[in-house]
Parts: sequence; C-alpha cells; structure tokens
Amino acid sequence: MASERARAAPPPVPAQTGVVAGIAAITMTFAAFTSALVMRKGGGSDWVHFHLPPLLFANTAVLLASSGALELARRRLRQGTPGATAWLATTLALGLLFVAGQLAAWRDLAAQGVFLATGPSSAFFYVLTAAHGAHLLGGVTALAYLRYRVRRAAVAPLGAFGAVATYWHFMDGLWLYLLCILAVSV
Amino acid sequence: MPDTTATASELRHVAPQSFLRRYVFSLDHKVIGKQYLGLALVAVCTGMVLSWLMRWHLGWPTAAVPGLGAVSPTGAPGGVITPEYYLSLMTMHGTIMVFFVLTTAPFAGFGNFLLPIQVGAEDMAFPRFNMMSFWVTFLAFAVLVSAFFVHDGPPIAGWTAYAPLSAVGKDAGPGQAMGQTLWAVSIALFCVGQLLGALNFIATTLDLRTRGMSLARLPYATWAWFITSVIGLIAFSVLLPACILLILDRVAGTSFFVPAGLVISDRLQPHAGGSPLLWQHLFWFFGHPEVYIAILPGFGIVSHILPAVARKPLLGPRVFIACLVAIGFLSYMVWGHHMFLSGMNPFSATLFSVPTLIITIPATVATLLWIGTLYGSKLRFNTAALFCLGFISVFVSGGLSGFFLAQPSVDVYLHGTYFVVGHFHFVMGVAAMFGIFAATYFWFPKMFGRMMNETLGKWHFILTFIGVYCVFMPMHYLGLAGNVRRYSAFADDYMKGSIPLHQFITVAALFTGAVQLLFLYNLVRSRFRGPLAPANPWEATSLEWSTPSPPPHDNFGGHPPTVHHGPNEYGVAGRSGDYIMQASPEPDPGA
Repeated sequence: MASERARAAPPPVPAQTGVVAGIAAITMTFAAFTSALVMRKGGGSDWVHFHLPPLLFANTAVLLASSGALELARRRLRQGTPGATAWLATTLALGLLFVAGQLAAWRDLAAQGVFLATGPSSAFFYVLTAAHGAHLLGGVTALAYLRYRVRRAAVAPLGAFGAVATYWHFMDGLWLYLLCILAVSV
Repeated sequence: MPDTTATASELRHVAPQSFLRRYVFSLDHKVIGKQYLGLALVAVCTGMVLSWLMRWHLGWPTAAVPGLGAVSPTGAPGGVITPEYYLSLMTMHGTIMVFFVLTTAPFAGFGNFLLPIQVGAEDMAFPRFNMMSFWVTFLAFAVLVSAFFVHDGPPIAGWTAYAPLSAVGKDAGPGQAMGQTLWAVSIALFCVGQLLGALNFIATTLDLRTRGMSLARLPYATWAWFITSVIGLIAFSVLLPACILLILDRVAGTSFFVPAGLVISDRLQPHAGGSPLLWQHLFWFFGHPEVYIAILPGFGIVSHILPAVARKPLLGPRVFIACLVAIGFLSYMVWGHHMFLSGMNPFSATLFSVPTLIITIPATVATLLWIGTLYGSKLRFNTAALFCLGFISVFVSGGLSGFFLAQPSVDVYLHGTYFVVGHFHFVMGVAAMFGIFAATYFWFPKMFGRMMNETLGKWHFILTFIGVYCVFMPMHYLGLAGNVRRYSAFADDYMKGSIPLHQFITVAALFTGAVQLLFLYNLVRSRFRGPLAPANPWEATSLEWSTPSPPPHDNFGGHPPTVHHGPNEYGVAGRSGDYIMQASPEPDPGA
C-alpha cells in the first residue's frame, strides 16, 4: 500500500521548489524597483522622457524565440528523440544574443547622450535592464549546466529541466513586464 | 529504483577528507551551522565591546578610555570619544548586532545545524548554495569591519543609514565617504547570502522530509525556521535593490534618494529630485520583518525546549503555528510605524498603527501558550529551561512598551528617546539573545558530543538576567524623562541630571558583559573537557535526539528514520519513559 502510494506520487523536486522560491524573491526585488520608480517619478519634477532604442523590441523577439527553442528541447527530451542538446544550445545562444542586444541598446542610448546619471528615467532604465540581464545570465549558466546533465545522464533529467525552464520562462515574463513599465514611464 | 537512489545519496555523502573541504569550504550543513555560530560569536564580542565604549562615554563623557587613543587617534584623541566617533560606534554596533548576530546565530546558525536533522534529511537541498551563503555572509562581515581601517573611519549614519546623509558622501561627516560605501556593499552582500540560505531552508523543509514527517509532525523549531526563511526571502529581496540604489547614488551620481538644492557642510550637493522618504520605505519594508527574522527562531526554540523541560505537551500546537504564520504575514503591513515622525499623513500613520496593535495579538497568544504549558508542570530547572523563562520575561517586558510606541500620538514624544532603545533591546535584542543561549545550552551536547557545565550555566543565567534588567529597564524611565537617543553625551545640557542614571546603566552593562566571560569559559571548557553526552540527554522527542551526539556525516548513518509521531508526545507512557520519540515505532497512546 505504502509502496503504491510512493509510486503514485512522484518524489518532490527540490530544484523546482528552489526555483519557485527564487522567483518569489526576484518578483519582490523588481516590485521594490517598480515602487521606487513610481514614487520617484511622482515625487520629483525632473523626470525626462526619452525614446527607447528600437533594438529592444528585436531583443524581445529573440528572448521569446529562446523560450520556444527550450520547449522544443523539452519535447525531444521527453520523447527520447535526438536533438534535445542542440535545441538547448540554441536556447543558450539566443539568451546570449539577447544580452548582447541589450548591451547594444545601451550603446545606442549612450550615443544619444543618455547615461546612468543623466536623469531619473535613464537611471531606472539602466538599473532595470542591468538587473534583468544579471538574472538572465544566471539562467544562461543554468542552461549550460542542464545541457551538460542532459548529455551525460542515462535517464533524462526532466525534474532539473522543468526547474530551469520555469526560471527561463519567468525571465521572459519579467522582461515583458519591464518593457511595458519602461515604455509607459520613460 | 529506490536502491539506486540510496547508493547515489551514499556516494554523495562520503565524508570529505581534506582539511579545506571538511572545515573551511564544507558542504555539510552541520559544519556550515557551526561556522555561522562562530561568525556570530566573533560579531557579538565586537558589537559588545563597541557598546561598552558608548556606555563609558555616556557615563563619564570626559574620561579617557584606556588605550583607545592609540587605537583610534582621530576618533578618540587622547582616549576621549568625539561625538562623531560615538556615532560610528553606534552605527557599527547596530549593524553588527542586527545583521551578523541576531540574524546569523538563531536563524542561519542553529537553523542550518538542526533543520535538516529535524526533518530527517541527510543535508540541505542545495549544499553548494549553502556553502556560498556562509562565505558571502563572511565576506559581508569582513567588508563591514574593514570600515574601521579606512582613512576616515566607519560610517556615522546609524544601522538604518537614512538618506540623504547616507547618500551624499564625505560632506555628510567623517566616515560618510568610504566607510558608508563599505556599509552599503556589506549589507548588499549580506542580503545575497541570506537569500541563498532562505532558499535552502524552504526547499529542504518542503521536499526533503523523511517518510512519515508530515507538516503537522514538524517540530516547532523547524516551523519557526521555515516561516522565518519565508519572511527573509521577501525582506532581503527588497533590501538588496535598496542597497544597490544607495550605492549608485553614492558612486555613480544618480539621484534616487537625494533631493534638489540640498546644502550639506556649506556645499550644494550635485543631485536633484530624489526622495529621502523612498529610502525609509524600502529600508523599513525590510526592517520591520527583520525584527521577526530575529525573534521568530527564538519563539521556535522556546516552544521546542519548553515541552522537553516541562514534561508536558505544548499547549495548542496548531494555534502556536497559526500565530507564527499570522506574525509573519502581519510583519509586512506595519513598516510605517518606524516612520511616524517622517512627516507622513496622519491617516497613513493610523493605517500603520492598527496592524501594529493587531500583531500583538498573535504574539500575546503565543506567550499565553508558553505560560499555559508551564502551568501545573514539574519543570526541570536546567539552564536551557531558565533561559526559556528569561526569554518569556524579557519578551513580555519589551513587548509591553510596544503598545505605547504603536500609537502615533504617543510615539511622537517617545520616538527619539531612550524609551525606544529600551524597548527594542528587550524585545528583539535580549529576547533573541536568550533564545540563542537557551538553544546553545540545549543543543550543545548534540553539536559537540559533550555536556555543558550546568552550575556555571545557572550562574550565567541569573547574573545576565539581573544585568539586562538593570541596563534596559532604566532606559524606559530616561525616555519618559525626555532623554534623547543617538546623542553622544549630556554633560552640559538640560539632561545633565540624567548622568548618574547613565553611570548606573554603564556599570550594569560592563558587569553584564563581564558575566558573558562565564559563558565563553563554559563553551570552551565543555568543548574539550565536558562529560560525554548521550544521544538523548534531555529525553526529548525530535529526530536529532535519535542519532548519536554528534551526528555522523550523513546525520543518520545511512538509515533515514521513519517518523510515527508528532513532536509533542510528552507526559505520556512510552517505552522510553514519559515520552515517545518521533521515530519510535510504538503505537500512538491515544489510538
């Protein structure tokens, strides 16, 4: 009876719990940044509007594509068909391309004379994109580790995959949220 | 399938042999817990010496502190503390005590050592994160203490680092240049360390419980550490961005917290439009939950130890856990009560005042549950029991003054006075310290395999108990009399008459500090010379007492226990006496 129950309920995956808790913490961090932005914008009279670099929208497409590639990798891993590691590598490459694109967007802004200390709007722009980029690079590291696990393991590490995928998709969602906030406020 | 998992986990838990992997960069939660406690011990000694210097100066403002002139020629020329140096002592005392003692010892230290054993796990869920958590915290401490050795000394902005003075650099006074930057970097690092720790606590409690360990059977200490880690996860992830914005204001020329037209030391600050109140909101959104991060592990420790020494089940265990959850939830709605004097709208003040008064309800219920547990019990008066009683006493004494401070109209008068100093030192500082002491006397045998000396322990308790009341009770009177806090001395102003009372407090503080040498001696001597501890010296029920003292590397020698009972089976006829251990297969007495 007990063994049946044990088989029915899959063992809990700490990595998944850890990622959910991490997402809660990151959500709080960006909620704090957002409330700081709202309070700073409403309280001061020195808010300067500037145009977001159009490159950001291309970067958004790259990031969304990376999530699609990750799901393709998951499907292949689940079905046991080859190609999972290749799609994981694609995800990773698209993630790095996104970060490179964000850096290029920074250079665009800098070329227009908009720097971190130019005004509160530019300060929040750089802080939010940098904080998101740092968290995304954490996800890139996790993807690299996952690819190594998938190549090496005899049994598909679906639990670890699920945890990394949850985090990566959250990075997408977080970026879409930040893009909306920035589009509305700066 | 289960066989292969067992082999894999055995492989994972081969004890490392090299010195570095065993004692320094260890992945073992027990070693990491001891490392945290060691760090807290160094930090608490540092923080206490700083408080002695402050007390010396408050009692005898013109008297030179022997030797201090040589240590800090600019801060204390000839050994007499300058007002600025007093402020930096206060800042460093508060920061070290709140972050590196009251957070690290009861939560990260004891929690790390005990939580995995109490849930029946071999280790934390993410041992590498756990190791990083400690070493990042250690780095944070090193960065903070390094502020003593930079050119213009440690920061003077207080442990709350209120903007704009914390955000503008050297114009704001000595220590506000490099020292304050180091402070902000240190606290940001500390946040990272504690976030990694909280992740581990949460995943371990939820996912690594052994067979039969349902949530309802978790020991109360585990519950408290779990809830504390949830609070910490949300609180530190708000302080971290706040510190990042503060650092940017200081080093990158942004203006998040510095308003326009601010003139400090006759110099117009090159900032515009920032909001000093923004810092206060972000800081206290973390800062108030931090109070509960410091005290809830104490709640858990007392509730864990009391049934074992009273030989009675804890009264209302589910109510107690509901109280912990309620305190954790409400702790996020009250931060504004630290800001009644910030010029906030009186309606907002009322909004923050009401939940502050409501949060006293679960705290009071928990206290009544402890007292109800004690009622009619045959208490075993060992040192751990005494410190639990002391915890209840100082928590009530400090909590009562909270009722006054929660009301904006009363707080307007009391907020800037010693009344607040007395209040928070009792309810958060001393109460949490008593929780740490109780935990130390209770779990030392498990951690080091040797018993502590009970006679020394009892003297330590009695003298400390008298000492802390002599130190902090008079502060409430001083506050009512209008004695402002954070000032370095009252030699030639309207508070001159308070100096004799300050001298009394100083003598009591030096005495109480000296008494702690008894504790240190007891710790060191018992570690090497104490009588060998049996597996279960206190006849307690939770899983850590089912394994040898000290536990083997994988906690249960390759045989994870199966849990059959809750932690509360005291005062019942069991195979081993008047209690039934959680891992004991005997049937439930009620069944």
